[in-house]
Amino acid sequence: MKMTDIDIKSLIKNRKKTDLQTMISMFLIKFFTYSIVAVLFLILGKIVYEGSAVINRQFLTSAPQNNMTEGGIGPAIFGTLVVVFLMILFAVPVGIFAAIYMSEYAKDNVFNRILRVTVNNLAGVPSIVFGLFGLGFFVLFIGRGYDSIFGAGLFLGKPAMLWASATLAILVLPTIIVSSIEALRAVPRNQRIASLGLGASKWQTIKNVVLPQARPGILTGVILSISRGAGETAPLLFLGCAFFLPQLPVGYLDLGLFSIPMINPAEQFMYLSYHIFILATQSTNPTITMPIQYGTTMVLISIVILLNLTAVIFRYKFRQTMNEIKRV
Amino acid sequence: MRKVKIKVNELSVFFNFLQALNRVSIEIYGNKVTAIIGPSGCGKTSFLRTINRMNELIIGFRKKGEVLIDNINIYNNNIDVVNLRRLVGMVFQSSNLFPKSIYENLAFAPKIHGIKDQKIIDELIEETCTKAAIWEEIKDRLEVNALTLSAGQQQRLCIARALTIQPDILLMDEPASMLDPISTAKIEELIFDLKKKYTIIVVTHNMQQAARISDFTAFFYLGQLVEYDKTTKLFTNPSNKQTEDYLTGRFG
Ligand SMILES: Nc1ncnc2c1ncn2[C@@H]1O[C@H](COP(=O)(O)OP(=O)(O)OP(=O)(O)O)[C@@H](O)[C@H]1O
Ligand SMILES: [Mg+2]
Repeated sequence: MKMTDIDIKSLIKNRKKTDLQTMISMFLIKFFTYSIVAVLFLILGKIVYEGSAVINRQFLTSAPQNNMTEGGIGPAIFGTLVVVFLMILFAVPVGIFAAIYMSEYAKDNVFNRILRVTVNNLAGVPSIVFGLFGLGFFVLFIGRGYDSIFGAGLFLGKPAMLWASATLAILVLPTIIVSSIEALRAVPRNQRIASLGLGASKWQTIKNVVLPQARPGILTGVILSISRGAGETAPLLFLGCAFFLPQLPVGYLDLGLFSIPMINPAEQFMYLSYHIFILATQSTNPTITMPIQYGTTMVLISIVILLNLTAVIFRYKFRQTMNEIKRV
Repeated sequence: MRKVKIKVNELSVFFNFLQALNRVSIEIYGNKVTAIIGPSGCGKTSFLRTINRMNELIIGFRKKGEVLIDNINIYNNNIDVVNLRRLVGMVFQSSNLFPKSIYENLAFAPKIHGIKDQKIIDELIEETCTKAAIWEEIKDRLEVNALTLSAGQQQRLCIARALTIQPDILLMDEPASMLDPISTAKIEELIFDLKKKYTIIVVTHNMQQAARISDFTAFFYLGQLVEYDKTTKLFTNPSNKQTEDYLTGRFG
């Protein structure tokens, strides 16, 4: 007996029936997708429309004036760039080396499994918790500790750029580690075997074969983490993010004959996302500052979108390489 | 005059609970070509991989018995595995080129092993590629991604790449499985040529090929070494019934 009684003719009939089902479900899928995209574009459009009206060179470089109702956002851009830069400096090398250790060297035992699960879970901890941790650990423990041991007065034991970036680094570290581990694991075994079979050592294999192939994947994760760090607000509340600073956090390094300007990471700073927050909620007159809010939002969103676009390009490259290898 | 290059004593190999090799003992002679034949899954690749300790990369691998090269037990604790693999080169069953340019694939091993002189590397590459019958096809496009080559070209490039480490012993796992008759002939010529300097073990499913190129042949079946003899003897007058059945295609 035949298992089914489908013949060519019944296929034709079925096709018509599924066509209607397909059409309805496709319509629904498209409808919801496009609605979300439409909402997104409405918001973005509004921001770009209002924002571009105020953005010019002066807005991007000058400091807020007249009780924040006029002037630009120069110090906030400056602070964001410095903090994010320091964050990258702290988080990226540590994250990548931790990932290399965990995916390539760590033995598959209970301890390391717990370690991996913990890192995964850390990535989901609310950022405000990291902020409190930063305050407790970096500012009060390390900073105060340094000050009291070296009798430095109040030098590092206060909220500052240094601690803000260190905290953001800890915040994005789990994401960097997890995505880097995934990228490293995606490199096929036969690539490692080829390299080891040619007499390369384990480290040479990692350095010359595994890392180059995982690089676009690692970079994708790194860039997404950076863009997350750049947009973060909550943890910075405790860590030296300032309402308004009359001067850039720049100190002068005195070398006797002359002095050179240096960014002083022990200072407070302004931050784009925090700036939007205070303009919208804390300033004396939020309506007057509306154009500045739009301008600031547009700058922040541009930075984040730019970063994410770079990540998309890297991810595309990564997928291509992996497909190439698997094709063989 | 025959010199024993590799001596295998009572070697058993396990992958978790699966036994891939069962008490194999064999002496492989230097400057000879030894062919390994046997049905799929009988442990040919597993056997090759014990000689350069590539099996260790497989999770669940265990072994009993010993493998000696030039009378040194390569599983001793004081053996440097990385250097062992420079001494014992391997061409893998399936092509495993890097997704890099042809040139980078070929220059990989020399660079890793500390050859700095560009000229020496280039000469080495031309030499090995000529031997592997691939030079004419790639010499004008060394910068092209190696994975864009055809399967047969990739296989020959893998052979050329394995030669760049200038090993003492060369393990070849079905090196001609994807090649046309002309390239196959060239690879066989290469194997013939290489045995002046190297000791070669070739796994092949092609009986005529085994008969043509090898001095000795080992027949594996279900993880056991069933028969091992001079190729001429094993192919014309096998002493074991199973060998005879396999050679004549009357199997199972
Ligand atoms: N990486 C591995 N993990 C687990 N088991 C393996 C692995 N490689 C091989 N085996 C097992 O060992 C046995 C022998 O395999 P092997 O690859 O040595 O066979 P072979 O003779 O080379 O076969 P073929 O001619 O198909 O290449 C098989 O039963 C196989 O399932
Ligand atoms: Mg095999």
